[in-house]
Amino acid sequence: MSKEDIYYSNQETAWCPGCGNFPLRKALAGALNELGLLPPQVAIFTGIGQAAKMLHYIRVNGFNGLHGRSIPPAIGSRIVNPTLKVLVESGDGCTYGEGGNHFLHNIRRNPDITHLVHNNQIYGLTKGQASPTTGEGMTTKIQTEGINSEPLNPIKLALSLGASFVARGFVGEEDHLRELIKSAIKHRGYALLDILQPCVSFNKVNTYQWYKQRVYKLADNYDDSDYNKALKKANEWGEQIPIGIFYRKEKKIFRDRFSQLDDRPLVEKEINPLGVKPFLLDFK
Amino acid sequence: MDLNILIAGEAGQGLKTIETILGKTLFRMGFQIYTTRDYMSRIRGGHNFVKIRIGKGDITGPAEEIDVLLALNEEAISQHKQDLKEDGIIVLDGQIAREDIYQLINIPARKIANEVNSKALNTVFVGAVLKVLNLKIAEALKVIKEHFTDKKLQEDNMILLKEGFKKADGKFSLPKIEDNDEQLFIDGNSAVALGALAAGVKFFSAYPMSPSTGIMNYLAAKQKEQGIVVEQAEDEIAAINMTLGASYAGVRAMTATSGGGLALMAESVGLAGITETPLVIVDVQRPGPATGLPTRTEQGDLLFSINIAQGEFPLMVISPRDSEDAFYQTFRAFNLADKYQLPVILLSDQFLADSTTNINHYNLNSLKIETSLITDGESVKYEDYKRYQITEDGISPRAYPGQLSGEVVLVDSDEHDENGDIVESASARSNMVDKRMKKLVRIKQELKEPVFFGQEDINYLIIGWGSTYGPILEARKLLMEDGYKIGYLSFTDLWPLPEKRVKKIITPDIKVVVVENNATGQFAQLLKGQLGITSDYRMLKYNGRPFSGREIYQRMKEEVII
Repeated sequence: MSKEDIYYSNQETAWCPGCGNFPLRKALAGALNELGLLPPQVAIFTGIGQAAKMLHYIRVNGFNGLHGRSIPPAIGSRIVNPTLKVLVESGDGCTYGEGGNHFLHNIRRNPDITHLVHNNQIYGLTKGQASPTTGEGMTTKIQTEGINSEPLNPIKLALSLGASFVARGFVGEEDHLRELIKSAIKHRGYALLDILQPCVSFNKVNTYQWYKQRVYKLADNYDDSDYNKALKKANEWGEQIPIGIFYRKEKKIFRDRFSQLDDRPLVEKEINPLGVKPFLLDFK
Repeated sequence: MDLNILIAGEAGQGLKTIETILGKTLFRMGFQIYTTRDYMSRIRGGHNFVKIRIGKGDITGPAEEIDVLLALNEEAISQHKQDLKEDGIIVLDGQIAREDIYQLINIPARKIANEVNSKALNTVFVGAVLKVLNLKIAEALKVIKEHFTDKKLQEDNMILLKEGFKKADGKFSLPKIEDNDEQLFIDGNSAVALGALAAGVKFFSAYPMSPSTGIMNYLAAKQKEQGIVVEQAEDEIAAINMTLGASYAGVRAMTATSGGGLALMAESVGLAGITETPLVIVDVQRPGPATGLPTRTEQGDLLFSINIAQGEFPLMVISPRDSEDAFYQTFRAFNLADKYQLPVILLSDQFLADSTTNINHYNLNSLKIETSLITDGESVKYEDYKRYQITEDGISPRAYPGQLSGEVVLVDSDEHDENGDIVESASARSNMVDKRMKKLVRIKQELKEPVFFGQEDINYLIIGWGSTYGPILEARKLLMEDGYKIGYLSFTDLWPLPEKRVKKIITPDIKVVVVENNATGQFAQLLKGQLGITSDYRMLKYNGRPFSGREIYQRMKEEVII
């Protein structure tokens, strides 16, 4: 078994002191370590934002792409190489805002990828504008009279679209979070893990304190195969915020739908231009 | 010999089926065929037409004048009668009554079809046209057998073909048939798809958009046999980013779209540029901006393609000249993208995409795969692997994730160091820009110079790019027959722009005419800006329709050679 520090790069981080991304990284490295996944076996795909910088501070394969576009390249890589453990990491703005369309259709595809959303309910890197999950009424420099749209509920949205693994974690519960990440990676299919992660610089409402007073773990006897129960739990937000696996179901994954594929990465398949010879008959 | 059949009707009347059966039959009989499609952006109704030009060895584009007008409705006659030659013939259903000067061949097609199978109505006309051309029906019967998988449909169509043949009169005589066993009959979109398959494309993703969709259709039909993946993406941004992910994982990947889709992909083309991820992007141009004319043709995306995405990075833009070239250029685009780790844009257009013609059989033995990917045998050499290692020629050793034991592959849209990690230092930025731009030195040695037709003592030099190749070639032939000394340069590599041959050919006493399917003379601008070559005349066309050879010939005489 490898040691946790093989996953740490020696890069100086650009995160603020006290940022929720630090415990998140620790939980992620711990999860990879406990699953025995070595750096070359894992690839993380990110968008843009503070969360997306994760792959510079953790040593695995990485594709740091465009804002909101972390999911499509992850799908592309995963489908041509089934031996790769693929994770997507991005923030609430990147996933639920700019990348909303990919989020929807990714759930329909059910690719075997783990999606970690660093949800701090604010746009941190651009210094404090509303994100799709910011609470209604919060004022910012742009939303001067308070946010005028209802916040998006990622858990409910993912459930309603038929996601095969839906969970929420909190960086203040690090051991719990590490276990959730492990479960998400082990899940065969699309796993959404929405992670409550305070932005200490720009979100003065949803602080560590705020979350600690509200967050509670789903009970040990909670049945994560009960879809209606999951939907009910998804509606809980405010005084009581549940964390844990809301729903889990084994379904066909995206790759299963391509009967022509086997367990080998397509890169290992030889290229032979003469292989198209029979196709020329289509044009005779 | 040159005979032009025009089949016109509305969308939903099955023009494509007539085109396919008649075109393939005539091809197999040994004629040179050139078919073009002119259709509206709608599922039913409107006015659509297909042209089938028949010749012997030298047909390289569409013609305007019509010998046989197969009119599937009234509008077909009113729209096209002005192009009918003096001895031209209209083939139509007897139920459409007309009193005018045209030679009419009335075929009671509906009546005949209703007795057998009303769905196979058009085959009656195919039989009639074959008779008008004084040809036999044996080959057409074979084509029908292959075209329809349903036995009943096969038989009905064969009966109706014979009936149509019986009802018409022979009017034209075509010359002796040639042996074209060594030829293929293929459209531009299929040629691109086939070139991609030969190059080993393993992943293709696109969002359906006319007129590029044919590429996805052909690849999807072959994906099982080839063991590759074709995925319809939720939008163009997803399409290009999925292909980038697949390419990052080490396989050859491609996407195809048309102008509006390319506009959506623009930022991601830049991502391919800065991450140095090989990618082939096909832009089947249609008139823009925005939705423009969705099913028509134009060469309007040239300057957009070469300037696509913010910032500066090397990329290549190549525009195939015909279906033969499209296959080889697509194959070559994969090699170039792979070797130099950059995006390559193939600029096709609706005219090329939807035209079907005879071409020489592809020489598969001449194809060689070239790549910059580390081979598994070499992988032991790469300890402390750096994806963006600075090298003399700017090309870094490329590994895919999981290939090197103990090493990871990090690519980044942010400016980065040799490892792929974010850097903001001024010198690191300059070094990385230099590294990427250095690739151009080697790329310039690989550029394909334009093909030149002509002698030393030319008075006029026509310059064209991409799909105008065939029509310009025909125009040149007609002008030469009139005694004019005309040279012709056909460019396919557009960015970077090859400069040797054009500079050598142009002398002060040669008049330079640039022919383009756009409104602003984009290639002429490029020649001026890049090479300082001023064109004496820009012959432009931007009504959404392709040039014909005779049209260029006439415009040369009216606008240029005065």
